[in-house]
Amino acid sequence: MDNAYDGLTEDSEEKHWAFGTGFSTALAGVDRAVPSGVDHDVLAVYCLMLGDDALIYSQRLAEWCSRAPELEEDVALANIALDLLGQARLLLTRAAEVEGADRDEDALAYLRDEHEFRNVRLAEIDCGPGPGGDFATTIARLLVMSTHRLALLQRLTGSLDPVLAAIAAKGVKEVAYHRDHAAQWVLRLAGGTEYSRERMVAGLERVWPFTDELFATHAVEAAVAEAGVGVDPATLRAEFDEVLDTVLRAADLDRPDVRQVAALAGRAGRDGVHTEALGFLLAEMQYVARSMPGAVW
Amino acid sequence: MSRSSWPLYEVFVRGKRGLNHVHVGSLHAPDDEMALRNARDLYTRRNEGVSIWVVKAEAITASSPDEKDPFFAPSGDKVYRHPTFYVIPEDVPHL
Repeated sequence: MDNAYDGLTEDSEEKHWAFGTGFSTALAGVDRAVPSGVDHDVLAVYCLMLGDDALIYSQRLAEWCSRAPELEEDVALANIALDLLGQARLLLTRAAEVEGADRDEDALAYLRDEHEFRNVRLAEIDCGPGPGGDFATTIARLLVMSTHRLALLQRLTGSLDPVLAAIAAKGVKEVAYHRDHAAQWVLRLAGGTEYSRERMVAGLERVWPFTDELFATHAVEAAVAEAGVGVDPATLRAEFDEVLDTVLRAADLDRPDVRQVAALAGRAGRDGVHTEALGFLLAEMQYVARSMPGAVW
Repeated sequence: MSRSSWPLYEVFVRGKRGLNHVHVGSLHAPDDEMALRNARDLYTRRNEGVSIWVVKAEAITASSPDEKDPFFAPSGDKVYRHPTFYVIPEDVPHL
């Protein structure tokens, strides 16, 4: 065989694909009815929370396109961003469907204002390539975000909502790779030069103040956990600590000793209370969709 | 770490229904483990592969274009080396 890609199409009907075939749809055949006894509004908001984490973080990662330190890393970060965008689309679609208010995933992504976004604040802050960080800070956030999200999605595969369970099953494989990618880089930056180690330590200190928020249980999260369709984030803390300690120990790094960013009168990202970074991010993300409403191409 | 200090790797991918690993391209990486991950990100993102090999380009010894004739020309007129005088049974795959 002369070409590694020839074998892919030889006994497939999908001749229009240049290379890969055998693509599958994660949600094919999944029952989309909301399980009985589950409050539609609560489930819709929960889907928004998980979808917004993925959407906003994906947008941040996409900022590295053409700016990563190496071409190979540029593609790696873009792949991760696209994985998360895919999860966001499925989750926002589920949110729109359960909400039943005649909005679709695009309306939820492009036509909501800052206070309507339910993502944790760690997803939205600038960790580079802007002035808020650098590559090491980006890797620090990837380690924290993906460790949290992997623990969450693993539990969510047991959700009584078959759609959430299927989205989680697809996401687990993706986010396991994200976490591995982050851990590989933490080891290399911490064990590289004196300067790379210094940047890695500074990166962890930048993102660490936003970690407690990941495990603070919002009323909606408590309700979906009670109904068996969602996960109480407080239950993820032990696994998160264990994974982080393992990586930090291997990299010979200490857990950052920095103060946590407080909630505002008890309200944080899950309530729609955000840092000043989100408004700028949304302005860029939503600009085209809002200036040309309903445009298609 | 500057670009020049990252070694070049050659990447071999085995497709889903392919029988052997085939060279698909090259990349730069700081070490073997990252080379494997970079290869996954660069060369299998459209569902192409089920197995990847990476090897440092410097580990490959290649034939030189200057030696093309002494290397390859002598076999050009020796048709009897091809097993074309056999009848291949229909039910023997991959021959």
